[in-house]
Amino acid sequence: MNSLILSTVARAVIALMVLFSLYLLIRGHNLPGGGFVGGLVAASAFLLHAIANGVPATRRLLRVDPRAITMIGVAVAIIAGLVAAFQGAPFLTGVWAFPGGVPLGTPLLFDVGVYLVVVGAVVTLVLALEEDA
Amino acid sequence: MEVLLAVLVGWLFGAAVYLMLSRSLVRYLFGLVLISNAANLAIFASGRLTRGAPALVPDGLTAPAEVVANALPQALILTAIVIGFGLLAFAFVLAYRAHDELGTVDTDAMRVAEPIAEEKPVPAASGRETAV
Amino acid sequence: MAERGGESRGQVPGWAFVLLSLAGVVFALTLVPRVASGEVLRVAIPWLPSFGVQFSFFVDGLSLLFALLITGIGVFIGLYARAYMHGHAQTGAFFCYLIFFQASMLGLVLADNIITLFVFWELTTVSSFLLIGFDHASEKARRNAWQALLVTGAGGLALLAGLLLLAQAGGSMELSELMTAESGVQEHPLYLGILVLILLGAFTKSAQVPFHFWLPNAMAAPTPVSAYLHSATMVKAGIYLLARVHPSLSGTPEWIWTLTIFGAVTAVWASIVAMRQTDLKLALAYTTVMALGTLTMFLGSEAHIAITAAMTFLVVHCLYKSALFMVIGIIDHETGTREVDRLGGLFRAMPITAVAAAAAAFSMAGFPPFLGFIGKELKYEGALAVASEPLLVAGAAIAANALMVGLAAVVAIRPFYGAPRTYDRTPHRPPFGMWIGPVFMALLGLTFGVGPEYVGNLLINPAANAVAGIQKDVKFALWHGVNIPLMMSILTVALGVAVFIFSDTLRRWLASALGHLLTGDEAYDGVKGAILKLADVQTAILQNGSLRRYLFVVFAVTAAGVGGTLIAEGGMAWPALWPDVPIYEWAIVVLIAAGAVVPMAARSRLAGICGLGTVGSGVALIFLIYGAPDVAKTQLLVEVLFVVMISVVFLKLPRFAETTHPPKRGRLGDLTLAAISGGVMTLMTLAVLDTPLNDHLTKYFEANSVPGGQGGNIVNVILVDFRALDTFGEIVVVAVAALGAFGLIKLRSTRAGGS
Repeated sequence: MNSLILSTVARAVIALMVLFSLYLLIRGHNLPGGGFVGGLVAASAFLLHAIANGVPATRRLLRVDPRAITMIGVAVAIIAGLVAAFQGAPFLTGVWAFPGGVPLGTPLLFDVGVYLVVVGAVVTLVLALEEDA
Repeated sequence: MEVLLAVLVGWLFGAAVYLMLSRSLVRYLFGLVLISNAANLAIFASGRLTRGAPALVPDGLTAPAEVVANALPQALILTAIVIGFGLLAFAFVLAYRAHDELGTVDTDAMRVAEPIAEEKPVPAASGRETAV
Repeated sequence: MAERGGESRGQVPGWAFVLLSLAGVVFALTLVPRVASGEVLRVAIPWLPSFGVQFSFFVDGLSLLFALLITGIGVFIGLYARAYMHGHAQTGAFFCYLIFFQASMLGLVLADNIITLFVFWELTTVSSFLLIGFDHASEKARRNAWQALLVTGAGGLALLAGLLLLAQAGGSMELSELMTAESGVQEHPLYLGILVLILLGAFTKSAQVPFHFWLPNAMAAPTPVSAYLHSATMVKAGIYLLARVHPSLSGTPEWIWTLTIFGAVTAVWASIVAMRQTDLKLALAYTTVMALGTLTMFLGSEAHIAITAAMTFLVVHCLYKSALFMVIGIIDHETGTREVDRLGGLFRAMPITAVAAAAAAFSMAGFPPFLGFIGKELKYEGALAVASEPLLVAGAAIAANALMVGLAAVVAIRPFYGAPRTYDRTPHRPPFGMWIGPVFMALLGLTFGVGPEYVGNLLINPAANAVAGIQKDVKFALWHGVNIPLMMSILTVALGVAVFIFSDTLRRWLASALGHLLTGDEAYDGVKGAILKLADVQTAILQNGSLRRYLFVVFAVTAAGVGGTLIAEGGMAWPALWPDVPIYEWAIVVLIAAGAVVPMAARSRLAGICGLGTVGSGVALIFLIYGAPDVAKTQLLVEVLFVVMISVVFLKLPRFAETTHPPKRGRLGDLTLAAISGGVMTLMTLAVLDTPLNDHLTKYFEANSVPGGQGGNIVNVILVDFRALDTFGEIVVVAVAALGAFGLIKLRSTRAGGS
């Protein structure tokens, strides 16, 4: 789609959306949000970019093949689960640490994995469809 | 509202069944969308409804102070929606490619795996060693 | 067949099999003194402790006897097979199957827990399938392997049911406890069921009439396999099972009569059929059936001497049968034929083999001073001791044995003596590996016969005691003085000689007399054909290739099943009051309902998509109103993505109007089913709502979300912590779906145009 207005507006909106998606991801453990929602917002952002600027531009922007993002997400989730396994607890048990009072734990890492899988899967699919159409 | 939702679930399910029984693959996919929605609503209603109280624990407390919405069905539905999307996307692509390859979206005309003039498998010749 | 490179291939697995067997023999021998003194060795590893299932093994006299036979004969089968299979392209696979098979047999005879026993029982079925069908290029081998698998596999299923009932009735899953404890299984109301099921398992495995037909067909296997299957392993598994459950199940009239009659009929029938075979290997196969019948018949008895006779005959049979099979294999290997009419005068070419064959045949015929003689005397003594029907048992034993004498003579004399014949290839002395087995087996038969005390006291008595459940040692000796069994022996030999002399006449007469009886083999074909036909018919009805038909059946069955259950179980629940719902919520529901109708009625795809969008957004609103903001957001975002995706793809698909619709009549049926299905779903949801909510889990999550999961958003904590494994599975599914769809889009078929 060749629309100057769309591509101009899109640039600003996309940045905001990606930022918002990260915000949703991080605060999701305590307030509405989380990996699924965040991932969908980010995916929508890239989708908007692809509509405004074309798929090749989006691929350049991503730098990484979205399929790789999907698999990295799965890997991150596995690693988050293995932390507990190495401590002798069942796979995917939450392990927490409190450096300076900030709760950091493997469930958050796991949520990052979910986020990446959702982003990667949706973008993989939609970009491939756009290219084919 | 639960009762109303129960009726709605039935309504959506019925519409989905009708669409899925169509010969057109496009309508079939529409039915798939509706049936996912019906299932999610059924799970949601089964967990009972609580108006306007998300399942959140306020800062500083260890448990919700008042009655909040049932979190369990919400967690189930949340993943079901995303999975449903994956399934739908895959089904759509499948239909799209089937149309590319076969030139039709009429399911009755798609007989690649099960051709109409099916050849009966040849019965295995008896290799009997001996007649007692 | 003999490719280059096949020379060295298979050497390692071959030696591995021989050495493994040898190690097994040595280990088993070290256990002999402890077991002979009455000790029972046990080892158990928990498997599914909550179900009482253990990976447990035990060694008593019976297990040890079988283990020794399996490993001991295995050594010589291995040596023999190395020579026999020399140059075959798939020798490696062959020995791997053989090791697999031997390990399964060992596991079976050593198993203590009934589930362990069953698992190994099935493994012997599977591994013997691979061995019988080893020559997989041959139609006959494939068919016969299937037959063995189906017959013994069906018996295995019955056995599993029988064993589970036995455990229930006896109060233990361990065979060692079921045997020793006065479990009272015989008085249990389930006894008859247990007996029938276990006997089905044992009779199919041990080829009792009428399930015997698979065993002669299993001759399609390479000769070393036949020698092994028929002597120490496979078919003896059923005998082992009968002996193993003897303490807990025997002694009732049902046990005695079933085993005695089936055994006697099998023994006599098989020896008659054996007489009419011209193929030596096939004749031997039927004598195996005869031996199995005899063993079953004797295990039907309670008398200690009868059981001792069975255990002795077991050893005798293993020795001579493996030796004779190997001899037939040698003859086949050297001359290219196994037809008795075409063989003769081979003594000059292979004297060692001929002597070994003669020695084995003497044991088979029960001549002194071979172990077979002792076995036969014990059999007659045991037959006379059978309390219920001594004449039947003794008569069957004499008849079967007389035919055995005649057959032994045919096998050991006809190929080696008489006028030399011309063969396709010039017979040579077989390689060392091939003749050492028969010679060693024949020597053992002689040694044990001359000095029966050791084998008797160390192996056979402990085994018999384990079966009979009492300690009573039979004295083994070659010469018992002139008594009734000796008289019976003399009668047997006289009859046997007559059989040998008139063997050709007898064979011709039997061939014409027995020509057209219905055989088990034909029955098997009939049953199999009927099952296939049934499958054909029901496939044609249920799976006619139309997606609509499949879906119709699925939805109809679902509606009937759910609705029927609701009515039958009284699950119908009618809401008491008309819902008190704010007007805007009514509006949302009506909007969703209307949105769902649009794609049904619309002629345009775009309208349909809009309808679906309405439904999705409306559902999201409901989520939002009822305290599920995350779900609502997810639903809305998915709706957006869905519309984008469709706008890309969907508009390329043809319009509704372009696809032909079935006539209105067909859609009316669909509409009815849709209405019924929808109604049933509403009723089901109402029934669910009528049941009190079990909020145990919800309360747990609410109470532990912050303390355990460090998170205030309970839904998110459930997703990433409490039920993280589920979520993990789900993201993997999403990833796979995306990659799969990607593949579908990108990897176009190579067909040009892709019409």
